[in-house]
Amino acid sequence: MKKFTGSSDYVASKELMNAVNVAMALEKPLLIKGEPGTGKTMLAEAIAEALDMKLIIWGIKSTTKAQEGLYVYDTVQRLYDSQFGEGDVADISQYIKLGKLGEAFTSDEQVVLLIDEIDKADLEFPNDLLWELDRMEFYINETKKTVKTKHRPIVIITSNAEKELPDAFLRRCIFHYIEFPDQEKMEEIIRVHYGDIDKKLVDAAMKAFYDIRAMRQIQKRPSTSELLDWIQALRISGIDIKRIGSEIPYIGVLLKKNQDIDVVKDYRNVY
Amino acid sequence: MFIDFFYLLRARGLEISLDEWLCLIEALDKGLADNSLIEFYYLCRNVLVKTEADYDKFDLAFAEYFQGIQTVEDIPEELWNWLNQDELERDIMDKPDWAKEYSLDELKKMFEERLAEQKEKHDGGNYWVGTGGTSPFGHGGYNPAGVRIGGESRHKSAVKVAGERNFRDFRQDNSLDIRQFQMAFRKLREFSTRVDSSRTELDIDETIDATSSNAGMLKLVYEKPRKNTVKLLLLMDSDGSMREYSRLCSQLFQAVNQSTHLKDLKTYYFHNCVYDYLFTTPECRRGKWVDTDWVFGNLDSEYKVIFVGDAAMSPYELMSEGGNLDWDVYNSEPGIEWLRKFTKRYKKCIWLNPVREERWKWAWGARTIKMVGEVFPMYELTLDGLDKGIKKLL
Repeated sequence: MKKFTGSSDYVASKELMNAVNVAMALEKPLLIKGEPGTGKTMLAEAIAEALDMKLIIWGIKSTTKAQEGLYVYDTVQRLYDSQFGEGDVADISQYIKLGKLGEAFTSDEQVVLLIDEIDKADLEFPNDLLWELDRMEFYINETKKTVKTKHRPIVIITSNAEKELPDAFLRRCIFHYIEFPDQEKMEEIIRVHYGDIDKKLVDAAMKAFYDIRAMRQIQKRPSTSELLDWIQALRISGIDIKRIGSEIPYIGVLLKKNQDIDVVKDYRNVY
Repeated sequence: MFIDFFYLLRARGLEISLDEWLCLIEALDKGLADNSLIEFYYLCRNVLVKTEADYDKFDLAFAEYFQGIQTVEDIPEELWNWLNQDELERDIMDKPDWAKEYSLDELKKMFEERLAEQKEKHDGGNYWVGTGGTSPFGHGGYNPAGVRIGGESRHKSAVKVAGERNFRDFRQDNSLDIRQFQMAFRKLREFSTRVDSSRTELDIDETIDATSSNAGMLKLVYEKPRKNTVKLLLLMDSDGSMREYSRLCSQLFQAVNQSTHLKDLKTYYFHNCVYDYLFTTPECRRGKWVDTDWVFGNLDSEYKVIFVGDAAMSPYELMSEGGNLDWDVYNSEPGIEWLRKFTKRYKKCIWLNPVREERWKWAWGARTIKMVGEVFPMYELTLDGLDKGIKKLL
């Protein structure tokens, strides 16, 4: 059996790799939750890359319906065709357009299916997919055909905890919560992105970063991607490392809210 | 029997279904626990626990179950069989060359010494007992010289990880982030079609009926949309003593503001207690205010009122005339009277207190917290408290 061990530009914790492998072995969807910027979406990309599989992404919006993931029956096109005498109207199957889930099911090779931000959709949405994700098949009413998977896709589902997911759905998933990376892990992530970067710069930047995250009044705490951007900015500007901690240059890269920037400034004045 | 563990987890408040338990058994049969208790710990958590809010409960239960386990013999046989599936008794001579220099007794002694020395979890490295390293003790990879000795440390470290309780902060009874507040506010709804709006939504069932009885000629029927009728009046304390809760309150404020489903939302601010005026901005500046009586007059009794504040003040601010903290504003009625007026005017009022409930009796301002708590039902400003409060409002 194939095993996931992280990829060249994605640093996965041991627990996360375990979770992925457990989900793959048990053939169950893996539900990933975590703070923004902990790399939930990137995980699926990394798995696809590491296992050399195609990645199919189904991005969920508030208006997405479960049915759209399976197939859509284009009645309007058929009606047009019948009125204008185009196409073979008797052949319904050509008006059945497979959705992302359908695409993953019918693929000739095993694929990675990412259902991104499932909590964005309606509260009932996950329940509508139970059968399909369980049995990995669905029935097309119009053509009286059952679509079955040839190779069970690896299903990764991400959630931002915007809505609570239904219990019945949760019971069928393997669950993993991605913790915000600690300093050690963060250093590893930075190395993956910037290679041989000056250790002193990284240390100074990380100290400032974790200090800011620890401030209680901060409303939107900076995440990994913001730290990476910030380090890039610091590196390019060639700023004196000693000034990083005391002045926090380019603070706008880290913090996106004026109030938060004020909070950090206040702190600096006090201490 | 290993099933004890299942019942213990359930007894500790984890809603684990039989399906999930069977799934775990299947996983163990497939050898996914990789012969180690720490992997077993993660496997259990992945399969059985479906929200980070329950991670802490799980950690506690896991530690409770495996705490007493000192030696391999104590592990339930069934579980031990799973953990040992393909790595049962390994020949004692099957160890790296360097390890052969030591006798088994020496290794054991070294192990004990090292374990005594070690204070924390170690992953990687070649000395400490831990995971993924080349030390003779621990697990991760297949190198440990004394498998059975290493076995002991594996079991300790899983209990240790569980014992660290890294997910304590995610418990439901903790104050949580804005999305979760928003979720709580979504429950604040009372749907009714009896709102004064025009008939704008197509009623499909009625349309079909009407069209059928109209001999197939299309006849459209419209209905009034169902709308939330809840109106909310939010009053927030923005006094100095509230500053330490500013993030929490601001999250609550944002959550309320983004709750677009409310019919109406009015927000005012006060300083410790409500008097003749309510401020329109959180800075509570003179002049930027409205008369409290104006609010009573203009916001009808259907409004649901949420006070947010620590209710901690000097008793005279609550009980005396002229007790208003703002030195140039005199109040002819004590604050507590103003609070009572709210309960008379509005049927549904609650007070959310960012001070944790267990501290209400001891926190600074305990006296006034008690007095305010007698006027309004008071809840702590956590997800659980907010949930309870919102139930009270409906």
